[in-house]
Amino acid sequence: MVNSINFLMVGVGGQGTILVSDILSEVGMLAGYDAKKSDNMGLSVRGGAVSSHVRWNKDGVGCPLSMTGTVDVLVGSEPLETMRSVQFLRKGATIISNTYEMQPMVVTSGLADYPSKEQIDACFRSAADRVVTYDATAVAVELGNVKVMNIVLLGTLSRLLDVDYEIWVEAISKHVPAKAKEINIKAFDAGRELLK
Amino acid sequence: MEGFVLKELLSGNEAIARGAYEAGVQVVTGYPGTPSSEIIKTMASKYGKEIYMEWSTNEKVAMDAAAGAAYAGKRALVTTKQVGMNVLMDSLMYTVYTGAEAGLVLVTADDPGLFSSQNEQDNRWYSRLAKIPTFEPADSMEAKEFVKKAFELSEMFDTTCLIHTVMRVSHCKSVVELGERQENPKVVERLPRNLPKYNCTAMYARVMHAKIEEKIKKISEYAETMDINRVEMRDTSMGIICTGIMYAYIKDVFPNASVLKLGMSYPLPNNMIRDFASKVDKLYVIEELDPVIEEQVKALGIDCVGKEIFPPCYELLPDRLYDICLEKGILTEDPRSMDVKPVEGLPGRNPVLCAGCPHRSTYYVLKKHDIACTGDIGCYNLGAQPPFEAQHTMGCMGASIGQLHGLSIAGLPEKSVCTIGDGTFWHSGIPALANLVHNNGRGVVILMDNANTAMTGHQDNPATNYRVLRNVPATPIDMENLCKALGVPLVKTVNAFDVKAVEDGLKECMDFDGPSVLITKGECVQFNKFSSTPYAVDSARCIACQTCLKCGCPAIMVSDETNPKTGKRKCRIDATQCNGCGICSQVCPVKAIQKKED
Repeated sequence: MVNSINFLMVGVGGQGTILVSDILSEVGMLAGYDAKKSDNMGLSVRGGAVSSHVRWNKDGVGCPLSMTGTVDVLVGSEPLETMRSVQFLRKGATIISNTYEMQPMVVTSGLADYPSKEQIDACFRSAADRVVTYDATAVAVELGNVKVMNIVLLGTLSRLLDVDYEIWVEAISKHVPAKAKEINIKAFDAGRELLK
Repeated sequence: MEGFVLKELLSGNEAIARGAYEAGVQVVTGYPGTPSSEIIKTMASKYGKEIYMEWSTNEKVAMDAAAGAAYAGKRALVTTKQVGMNVLMDSLMYTVYTGAEAGLVLVTADDPGLFSSQNEQDNRWYSRLAKIPTFEPADSMEAKEFVKKAFELSEMFDTTCLIHTVMRVSHCKSVVELGERQENPKVVERLPRNLPKYNCTAMYARVMHAKIEEKIKKISEYAETMDINRVEMRDTSMGIICTGIMYAYIKDVFPNASVLKLGMSYPLPNNMIRDFASKVDKLYVIEELDPVIEEQVKALGIDCVGKEIFPPCYELLPDRLYDICLEKGILTEDPRSMDVKPVEGLPGRNPVLCAGCPHRSTYYVLKKHDIACTGDIGCYNLGAQPPFEAQHTMGCMGASIGQLHGLSIAGLPEKSVCTIGDGTFWHSGIPALANLVHNNGRGVVILMDNANTAMTGHQDNPATNYRVLRNVPATPIDMENLCKALGVPLVKTVNAFDVKAVEDGLKECMDFDGPSVLITKGECVQFNKFSSTPYAVDSARCIACQTCLKCGCPAIMVSDETNPKTGKRKCRIDATQCNGCGICSQVCPVKAIQKKED
């Protein structure tokens, strides 16, 4: 197990970024790390950008936020938001990103252009050594609830970390409503299957 | 299990709730506001059966209720965001004069960086103004412990105590060791008939003031002995005085520096500061926002570096501390990898009214008719954002009605309206409406009733039929009748999801010669998550007029198809975001927006 790891989870308000970063922090604690997290939300529940830093460290975490150039894994629920945060990545880092686009108001109203798929791809490739992208929203919709999209991404992230499967399930179960547990575990498993 | 400590990952606010529980708190009052709202939310969901709590109508009412409970021997806690402290100061001041029969603690959650506030005021000034002992936790564990210490100190010195937290403490999560609840042994059978203590008449208050000056001196002496004020000596070439969250940042940025970490920011342990200053070559006071501690250190005749380097605006996050200290030569090595540059020119993403928001119709209509509108605080302030830009002012809670009255006094030729939500109306709108009616004011008060105090998390207000938790019944007060009872001659209620009804209602009120209230009623879409079949744009019918975009709905966007005549892009609706409220279909001039047939 590595001694410390910094995560940054980003997305759009309403996508569940805070929930999934809560789960990731809990997993860190259960796996024997000191864990801290910091959310940037403000009014963002109304469709603004949301980001959440999560830090695990065996020797104790000081500041709950990572600095620029020190994040190991960037997990994005929306490609534009992933792009917006690449400067936080250290050299040789990993990006896991949903490809489903949510256009901000300046784009929907035709005042600005959304970056092209080629621009997004080039940005990710130049920013990280390892890039995993897919339409997690489609996976979630297929499972029957668009809201579990973030848990799909969490499943993919879990492949990169040396933490027991049971710990992930325990943390997810603690943070989602009992009646939604089954679909969330399914989503987590689906995400795990996407990276082997 | 012997020696087993239960650990939980808690946010600062959850930890404050836990600390109050462990301290034996019996009454909790407050008014919601980011970043403070989760304290009472947590208390309600976890300890609601043992402890009385309420969302009071405003912060002042909360402070008075807590004071009364503390006079009756109950340990009481009040929560507010930083600007709410402006509202409750009148009440806080007298509680410091009177003290109480049991511990009374106030929590203020400040917002350096203005993530969700109308200003960036530093509430630590209030500590000195009110002479109230103030604790500043750095993380969740301290947040929990400091609340317990605040209750202890409150009872030891018979004074109200303040917990000063910031967004980065309140909303960050870290590991907390849980403890047991200590019940309050005190029982008060009857209100003490102790006028010199509890009646702040001038003749008693002048005696109280002298006692407070004595008391704060004693607390200052006590602060010298408190373990939450501590020195960490390392390299003595640089010494830093800090409090709260700055300690966490400083540990990362200056791991070798000597640090005086103050758990209490008022009153200061002056001897400890003098001693620390004498042991280091260069002294820095690093604090977010104002030089509250720096000025007190300088007043002791101690030379230190502070605001001339570390600016008074916004947060001082580690990235910023590095940038500043590298530039000034205080640090020479940058541990950050700068390989990946930020991507320039990306489209921004600001918050918008949700798909299905009942406020949408009002701002669509106000924009359409370009009506002057004073505004208030709530989600509806997003009516100030494009495409509406229709709420023209916003100052503080409840200001909209008073400002509207002011416009009518000034005699502007145009008729004006104000927009205020139900929560804000209860908070501080009612006295302003009474004032407007009594003084023969003019204008339309648009009371946007979305059934609860939505922006901060659907808290109850006096019009809701629940209190604190959704399943706890409360007595609802009818706002239409209230407005009529206040003497408003025209009070009209319309369905907020019916654009024509809103437009007609507004016209009737605008044409009326006198003050009026238009209640636009529609439940917040996030409250019961109502949704129906999504709408879709029939591309063959769409003429690319883009009227629907004027609804400012996140589910509506331009499509790749264009109208060949105008070259303008047609619109489409994202079915995963649309919740079927139908406002866009009502404004479409060619009926191109219809329920989606599966």
